[in-house]
Amino acid sequence: MQKPEIAIVGGGPAGLSAALSAVRQGAEVMLIDRDPALGGQLVKQTHMFFGSKKEYAAIRGIDIPGKLLAALGEEGKGRFKPVLNTTVLGYYDDGVILADKEEQQAMLIKPQKTIIATGASEKMLPFPGNDLPGVYGAGAVQTLMNVYGIKPGTRVLMVGAGNIGLIVSYQLMQAGVEVAAIIEGAPKIGGYLVHATKVRRAGIPIKTSHTIKEAYGNKSVEGALICSLDENWCAIPGSDLDMKVDVICLAVGLSPQTELLWQAGCEQKYIPELGGYVPLRNEKMQTTLNDLYVAGDVACIEEAGSAMVEGKIAGLFAAADLGYDEKVEERFTSFTSELEELRAGPTGAKIREGLSRLNGGAAKC
Amino acid sequence: MLEKTGVPEPEQVKMITPSDVRFQKGPVAVVECFQNIPCDPCRYACRQGAIKEFEDINDLPVIDHELCNGCGLCISECPGLAIFVIDASYSKEEGLVKLPYEYFPLPGQDEEVTGIDTEGEAVCSARVVKVQNTKALDRTPVVTLAVPLQHVMRVRSFLRKGGEEHGR
Repeated sequence: MQKPEIAIVGGGPAGLSAALSAVRQGAEVMLIDRDPALGGQLVKQTHMFFGSKKEYAAIRGIDIPGKLLAALGEEGKGRFKPVLNTTVLGYYDDGVILADKEEQQAMLIKPQKTIIATGASEKMLPFPGNDLPGVYGAGAVQTLMNVYGIKPGTRVLMVGAGNIGLIVSYQLMQAGVEVAAIIEGAPKIGGYLVHATKVRRAGIPIKTSHTIKEAYGNKSVEGALICSLDENWCAIPGSDLDMKVDVICLAVGLSPQTELLWQAGCEQKYIPELGGYVPLRNEKMQTTLNDLYVAGDVACIEEAGSAMVEGKIAGLFAAADLGYDEKVEERFTSFTSELEELRAGPTGAKIREGLSRLNGGAAKC
Repeated sequence: MLEKTGVPEPEQVKMITPSDVRFQKGPVAVVECFQNIPCDPCRYACRQGAIKEFEDINDLPVIDHELCNGCGLCISECPGLAIFVIDASYSKEEGLVKLPYEYFPLPGQDEEVTGIDTEGEAVCSARVVKVQNTKALDRTPVVTLAVPLQHVMRVRSFLRKGGEEHGR
């Protein structure tokens, strides 16, 4: 059985940042990821990131893993061990992790501290015909286009005008795929308005207060019926619109991937603003189990910038609790103020509200 | 309404439009960023100190048009692709619009294209004056269009004539 000081599950922005933060403190880190390359969802984010210039803003998502890995290679000499193509299947009471390496070898790992950074999965929308080939999650469309260079179809209906719906629409246009419209159930665009303006001037209509009623087609999607919604989210009779599309792309939100946390038995709470069930944690990103930390979308659906700062905090304290506590207070203060700054504006209101509910309306996180 | 359609309102654009006097002096950056989001690279891109320091990362950028020399370094640094440089002093009939353009293939110099507005509607015919795609621009090419002077604050992108392109 392998016994690293710290094991991190998930090598996306949160996991990579946690690893860097922990090795900087002097700890030894094993980073486990199911994919053949580290980076998580960053590997398909071809657009420039928002956020703080100090924290990779204006850098394209696809370029961030390389930067973090370069730093990990330099500062984590001999103390950073990535384990790729490996899926973590279980977390046991005694803190043992069971993983499946390349679908042929079972691994048992007993770390002293574990950081869960498993991210999120896409939400589905119920409507007749949603099982037809041609109905995709936005993440799948982005993977096909930006990782494998495959167009998902020729004409797309995007469902959801949050940041993912807007960005994937833009990237579809860049790939030469027509986007017939972006529809959004809410009366307002949920994503950043500069993204909306960018797709709007590319000629894509954004229809707020609209939803999909059904998808139709013989063997695959040939079209969709959409309709407008009134202020109570009820379909307005006679507002149906038939759209001839061969792809329906769903960008209707994310759910934290908390399965390992349920197995571990740490306490969780249902907080809609944070994406669903999320783990209770203190300001150190430590769950109700002493040796278990969290960071990123598994803890709260948010931007990658915040996920990276959460990762830094989790990595810092997982290492500090093992005795690698150099400049902990100073670094914690700096990370916390970064995080507070990112969440301070109107677009962070939902997150602030959710975190305050998670903490029983008390302290901020 | 911007929150519903993604199209900035004329009043919002008016608020951030440089004065006529400033326009006549030469190129100047126009920052069409209307929502408080946590984002600050534009301020670090500006070497003239024209984009003021942010107190809070969620602040809207505030640009001093008198200090801005229209160099355009901010254009490709804005993750929202919301910064344009306008030169209304280019000629008696035409002005220049420098815009970020992340679609391939890039247009050629002197190519005639159709200038389009923030709603994606055709505004006028436009001529490509310059195409920059240096390493420093990091895959956000900057295209300079010559457009009829009265349209410099309307044209925000363009379509190439003939042939299918980027999903249009």
